[in-house]
Amino acid sequence: MSTQRIIVCIKQVPNVNNIVVNTLTNTLERETVENILNPFDLHAIEEAVRLKESFHFDTLGLSMGPPFAARVLQEAIAMGIDEGILITDSLYRGSDTWATSYILSRAIKKIAEFDVIICGKQSTDGDTAHIGPSIASHLGIPHITQVQKIIEVSGSRLVLTRVSDDAYETLEVILPALITVTREINTPRFASLKGRLSAKKKTFQQWNNEVLHIDETLIGIKGSPTKIRKIYKAYDKKRCCFFTGNVKQQVRACTNILVNVREIPGRDNPLMTKNTTE
Amino acid sequence: MLKSAESKGIWIFAEHRNKKIQPVVFELLHKAHELNAGPDSYIATVFLGEASDHILHTLIARGSEKVFVINHSSFETGIIENYVQPLVYLMKKYHPEIFLIGSTTIGRSLAPLLSAKIYTGLTADCTQLEYDHTSHLLVQIRPALSGNIFAEIICPDHRPQMATVRTGVFSEMDAEPSRKGNVIYEHFEKAWLDPRIAIKEWVKQNNDLLSLYNADIIISGGRGLQNAKNFELIKEFANTLGAAIGASRPCVEAGWIHSGYQIGQSGNVVSPSVYIACGISGQIQHLVGMQSAKTIIAINNDKQAPIFNVADYGIVGDVFEIIPAMIDDIKNLNHLPTNV
Repeated sequence: MSTQRIIVCIKQVPNVNNIVVNTLTNTLERETVENILNPFDLHAIEEAVRLKESFHFDTLGLSMGPPFAARVLQEAIAMGIDEGILITDSLYRGSDTWATSYILSRAIKKIAEFDVIICGKQSTDGDTAHIGPSIASHLGIPHITQVQKIIEVSGSRLVLTRVSDDAYETLEVILPALITVTREINTPRFASLKGRLSAKKKTFQQWNNEVLHIDETLIGIKGSPTKIRKIYKAYDKKRCCFFTGNVKQQVRACTNILVNVREIPGRDNPLMTKNTTE
Repeated sequence: MLKSAESKGIWIFAEHRNKKIQPVVFELLHKAHELNAGPDSYIATVFLGEASDHILHTLIARGSEKVFVINHSSFETGIIENYVQPLVYLMKKYHPEIFLIGSTTIGRSLAPLLSAKIYTGLTADCTQLEYDHTSHLLVQIRPALSGNIFAEIICPDHRPQMATVRTGVFSEMDAEPSRKGNVIYEHFEKAWLDPRIAIKEWVKQNNDLLSLYNADIIISGGRGLQNAKNFELIKEFANTLGAAIGASRPCVEAGWIHSGYQIGQSGNVVSPSVYIACGISGQIQHLVGMQSAKTIIAINNDKQAPIFNVADYGIVGDVFEIIPAMIDDIKNLNHLPTNV
């Protein structure tokens, strides 16, 4: 029996606490920010490494981004992933989730042999959670989102638990399949010193569009069906009404708001006016 | 699919379970009416499953001018791979201009499956939708970069323009039993079945956690509570008001409370009538999870805490003084608050 393979999709994302946005092109200035491995993908990597340790899967990290995004593949290798491929081409820049997932699916088709694709539930920059299901659609394979635990693994199927809005579901899926994982699935390991040293020596294949041959009308900003019309900074300071006085007075004012908002019968509050500020 | 002159109509996916339509469907119906996409447009719901007379009347009374229905036993399992082909068939036959889907667990899988398959744009978790009558475009507004920015997104050349919206972001419209509508039945093709996923077990979640989404009031605790034992204070406060409990991520990671209660970008996104944030500083990732609450009250001993940037009302003070005082004050009201 040939060895089974897991592909882990990994994304480098800006550290969301410190962002610069190019308001002319409506894209991120990725070079100017601190970049990290998407926190959700750490759990995907960890799950792949555990499956490798238990069931001897081959593991491959796949990432799409600018050349310096190879750093996330290095981190994945350091944690125990076997190989990495970076998909990179300036033509892919500005791709929305349709175009990105299409490019990733074409790379996966080129890899050809795989049994399981593992993605993090979402990325902290886009927050869409689209990529996993979209890749599955382009490849014509089944997918399950929000996987919390893998229960059984065999040559032809996975049995797993996933969390939905109101229930825990135990599902069986025929391979090849794609899963997206939640943070509950595992605690990602810290890379060992040995792992980090071997990752430093590792080289990655870089696939650009001359390798993937994707029709240019399907990639980048042009190929993306969604366009960003405008972006603006969130949370301009709202006018917050601070309750004044001692603890008793503040509390009374607050209860009065709850009374008004929830229409709970209560007392009048002479201390509280809507425009009170400190 | 590329835009064409035929693209008309606002469709809403009528998600349902146990013969009940999910609340987000009614919220989207209301928003569809508000969008007012022109005299040529219409509003429809798409129902996959057995549509009883009661369900059809409900959808029509809530604003659905047409209801598309396809029935098959496989829809009972809720395995969305079986929903894809029937929906693609309907979209290719009837050319909707806009297709809205609730951002539920099912919706978050179904929507990208559909948009990938038919090659159209999809915007996730919109916090606002507008219809631009000059360009005939659905303007889809949502936060990005973990809530650091808001983006206006359009889908100029492809149809239908697709968007998902979480439960509770929009409000429902009242039912009007006199409303009329057409029901259009379509036939299910066996070839549409996808046998590759099977459900082995379905276990309903703890009701406590369910109540977060339905809650009118949520009392949420943050790092300011300092330890797990102090979370009892949040629970007591919540009980006094008949409220649900939430927590910020640091509390979950510290093991003070189960992750199901986490509110934020990587946890639950909620929109209650009242959100009371206790000892929560207000990191962006948390704000994404609660910023659409109708009234936000924050209690924090740091006046500069970012939570006060989104709060409507604030108390700068010690949670360990304020919360017990609030519990007492509420208990002393003439009537106790009605339960949610």
